[in-house]
Amino acid sequence: MSNKEKTWKEISIAGVPPKSSIGFLTGDWKTYMPIRDLEKCTICLTCVMLCPEGAIAFLPEKNKIQIDLGFCKGCGICANECPTKAITMKMPEEEE
Amino acid sequence: MTTQEWKFTAKDIAAKPDLFLSGHRACAGCAPVSVLRLVMKATRGPTIVTQATGCMEIVGSIYPYTSWALPWLHTAFENAAANASGIDAAIKIMRKKGKIKDEYVDVIAIAGDGGTLDIGLQALSGAVERGHDFLFVLYDNEGYMNTGIQRSSSTPIGASTTTSPAGSVIPGKLEKKKPITEIMLAHEMEYVATATPYYWKDLITKVRKGLEVEGPAFLHVFAPCPRGWRSDPAKSMEYSKLSVETCVFPIWEAVNGKRQLSTPSKVISLAPQKKKPVKAYLEGQGRFRHLFTPQNAHIIEEIQRSTDERWEKLLQKCASGAT
Repeated sequence: MSNKEKTWKEISIAGVPPKSSIGFLTGDWKTYMPIRDLEKCTICLTCVMLCPEGAIAFLPEKNKIQIDLGFCKGCGICANECPTKAITMKMPEEEE
Repeated sequence: MTTQEWKFTAKDIAAKPDLFLSGHRACAGCAPVSVLRLVMKATRGPTIVTQATGCMEIVGSIYPYTSWALPWLHTAFENAAANASGIDAAIKIMRKKGKIKDEYVDVIAIAGDGGTLDIGLQALSGAVERGHDFLFVLYDNEGYMNTGIQRSSSTPIGASTTTSPAGSVIPGKLEKKKPITEIMLAHEMEYVATATPYYWKDLITKVRKGLEVEGPAFLHVFAPCPRGWRSDPAKSMEYSKLSVETCVFPIWEAVNGKRQLSTPSKVISLAPQKKKPVKAYLEGQGRFRHLFTPQNAHIIEEIQRSTDERWEKLLQKCASGAT
């Protein structure tokens, strides 16, 4: 053993993950993407509450909902739970 | 517990920044993550979170990333509640020394059904007996999903898992689910409740109530797992809703041992015709697929019978005010 190795008194007391997962985009996991019909949406916020990814943000100053496709994994919970059926899941090429 | 109830609107909650951040590595359609996000929306100030090993600990802390925007601690599988008691003791002594000036510092321990019902039960029981001030949140996805879908004592009767596989020998798990809330109520806790993420307002209210209690509080949250239940990811929240509508998982709260049904379950108790048969809940879940064959039809009847029995017992307990 070399003398340079740290002793138990010098090492950190626990493992510390230093980066925020905001920098880890999970959007490329998805097959289907959510498309929102702005006319049907009543901003009831059901999708904001139930999205597991936190990918649907509510912007209070604009009173708008924004879907962040950078994190959306395409599970389809928002489309399934939307009371007005304003969200549909589509293949990205269908969108064009 | 404060007498004034916390009032909030959906917009308040939606505008509150997330404390469990995006970019975690949970499966698509994971309901336990929704539970975490909603639990964190109910915090009232400085909060410390400690987790037992489990899906939710793994997905939020894959090195070098962390999804937590607050102090977070994990040590081993069995000791989420023991960690919480340590944190609580540390807060008390630091307050005594004048190092903490905040009015309150909340401690939340989060564990799955494995980390609560099986491995962490003695630590939880001990921490509750010592009366530490913390909220224990159990997210119940009915099995050890993270390690390969093994059965836990929370897995319901008839469910197929990798250690209780349905086949010619057994029709899925043979044993009943452990009644964890009854065990916790027997500790004479001030606040015990059950919740499910579909009824998110109810869940957030219960978390806040649990935090306001001076002493231990226990919250049992039902959280569908599309990977382990072999169900459609889009339907996670639908199953969370169906579990209440079929009375498989009724939601209630007990303050000082006095049980009271929460609104969605109360509606069913007042209008019994709204109660759905358990078949509606079992259908579509791959872990119960084998039950829909002629030779296993009696198991569905058995599940229906035991569900009705538990529901009747719960109604009696709520009516009599006994635990």
